[in-house]
Amino acid sequence: MSASAAGHRRTVLEMQGVDKTFGGDVEALRAMSLTVNDGDFISLLGPSGCGKSTALRLIAGLSEPSGGRIVWEGGHEIGDLGVVFQEPTLMPWATVADNVWLPFRLRGHSYNEVRDRVLEALKLVGLERFQKSYPRELSGGMKMRVSIARAMVTNPRIILMDEPFAALDEITRFKLNDDLLMLKDRIRCTVIFVTHSVFESVFMSDRIVVMAARPGRVVRELSVDAPYPRTEEFRTSAEYAALCRSASEALREAMGEHA
Amino acid sequence: MTISDPTRAAQATPALTLDAEDRARIRRRKLERTGAWALPVGLLALFVLGWDWLVVANGIPHFILPRPGLVASTLVNDWPMLSSALLITMQITMMALAVAVIGGVGLAVLFTQSRLVEMSLYPYAVILQVTPIIAIAPLIFVYVDSHIVGLLICAWLVAFFPVLSNTTLGLNSADHNLQDMFRIYGATRWQTLRYLRLPTALPYFLGGLRIAGTLALIGAVVAEYVAGTGGTGAGLAFRILEASYRLNVPRMFAALILIAVTGVVIFVVLSFISHLLLRKWHESAIKREA
Ligand SMILES: Nc1ncnc2c1ncn2[C@@H]1O[C@H](COP(=O)(O)OP(=O)(O)OP(=O)(O)O)[C@@H](O)[C@H]1O
Ligand SMILES: [Mg+2]
Repeated sequence: MSASAAGHRRTVLEMQGVDKTFGGDVEALRAMSLTVNDGDFISLLGPSGCGKSTALRLIAGLSEPSGGRIVWEGGHEIGDLGVVFQEPTLMPWATVADNVWLPFRLRGHSYNEVRDRVLEALKLVGLERFQKSYPRELSGGMKMRVSIARAMVTNPRIILMDEPFAALDEITRFKLNDDLLMLKDRIRCTVIFVTHSVFESVFMSDRIVVMAARPGRVVRELSVDAPYPRTEEFRTSAEYAALCRSASEALREAMGEHA
Repeated sequence: MTISDPTRAAQATPALTLDAEDRARIRRRKLERTGAWALPVGLLALFVLGWDWLVVANGIPHFILPRPGLVASTLVNDWPMLSSALLITMQITMMALAVAVIGGVGLAVLFTQSRLVEMSLYPYAVILQVTPIIAIAPLIFVYVDSHIVGLLICAWLVAFFPVLSNTTLGLNSADHNLQDMFRIYGATRWQTLRYLRLPTALPYFLGGLRIAGTLALIGAVVAEYVAGTGGTGAGLAFRILEASYRLNVPRMFAALILIAVTGVVIFVVLSFISHLLLRKWHESAIKREA
């Protein structure tokens, strides 16, 4: 993915002044506007309670905005969206392959029809050997990979990830960060990624949307121009350190504003 | 690109050496496994011997307390009569359990599909459950002519509720994130039921089934005491009643043993079915290395 193409990317989805209020008085999100372009890796970064999960749930269609609109360019169908939650959210009674089959199964495709795609997705996350295993036999990191494979299997235009690696140890987390970037490059999708971690957001994304709480809102947007693929070298570069500093500052400002 | 998981690589290192602690643990486990059946059997033998000694030493007449040997020979001699009674009791228990499963699961599914149905019917299910079966049974035999059907209704009444309440709980326990996942992929109500709620409910249902199995037997036995008459469809409980009128204590013991064994068999079989269905994925059925 070259940086030069960034200017001409097609818009995939637009949040236009979206509000979300719970129970009449909790303003989870106020006037959030966000233009998501094809191939973006957007991180939503902000303190707890700033409406990051709420924003993802709205995009996923799991809840309705109280105000404003969410527009998919050219409409969308079910397979256009993949979601990864903080928990792997696998069905414990189903094998790894059956879990990845789920999105197709719900649309009436038999396993044989889509076996190649299921196995392809598992291969991409490095788990084809474990297709017959049950989730309980896998480590936390491997379960997360299954969850990612399920989100990718329909070839979605957008993948939403809500703190997907927050519960993992740091080594596993770094590995999954690297692998996710490779995967994204390979299947050419758009990712909206929620995280608490400044470092993770800088390493992964080309756009960082900094949010503040009470009411939940967008306060800053930073762009990270470092080219992909990003490697260990990037993680130790001066550029990375500088970006982390400015993201931290933006985050501190965001938290200070309300305090 | 191949990705190998670091945690998996660590697990792959084989444990070649058994240290003293490992060996001690294996020995202990073997001992425990033998003990699990050897101890109860030993205790039983001791109990039977003690019983025999008690009767002989005190010269207790057999119409008060028979010797174990006499009970055993009664079991053999009366086997034609006892076995047909056993068959009847088993049939009623099994049929009641089957109907309880169908009714309980069916109603539970209906409950989760419609709050209205749940709100209207649940209180009555509870009332049926909390009213002792022994109090309802006489009424049932007033209105139901067929002896067998009456017994069946009583056994069903007690077996039905654990299935209903456990299955309802299970159906409502589906993981919220998974429910969201199903919604995102546009699952229909039926698909969510079939692929998410029913599998989630399975362990709960099986727990209820185990309770229901033993309760159905209790229901079948209690109802027969109330019904009193035997005739063609006499089960074990009626044989006990009949034997007690005739002071045939050995036969009472023999029938009692059969009821107890039936209860144990039902429990063991249902536990085994439960284990088979869950062993692949459910925590309750998974053996862990210590
Ligand atoms: N279903 C709901 N009902 C009522 N209030 C809600 C609901 N969902 C979220 N909220 C409130 O909306 C606000 C934003 O919540 P949200 O979960 O989006 O935050 P978040 O940024 O994801 O936080 P975290 O980092 O802790 O996950 C919070 O104050 C939360 O209490
Ligand atoms: Mg959240």
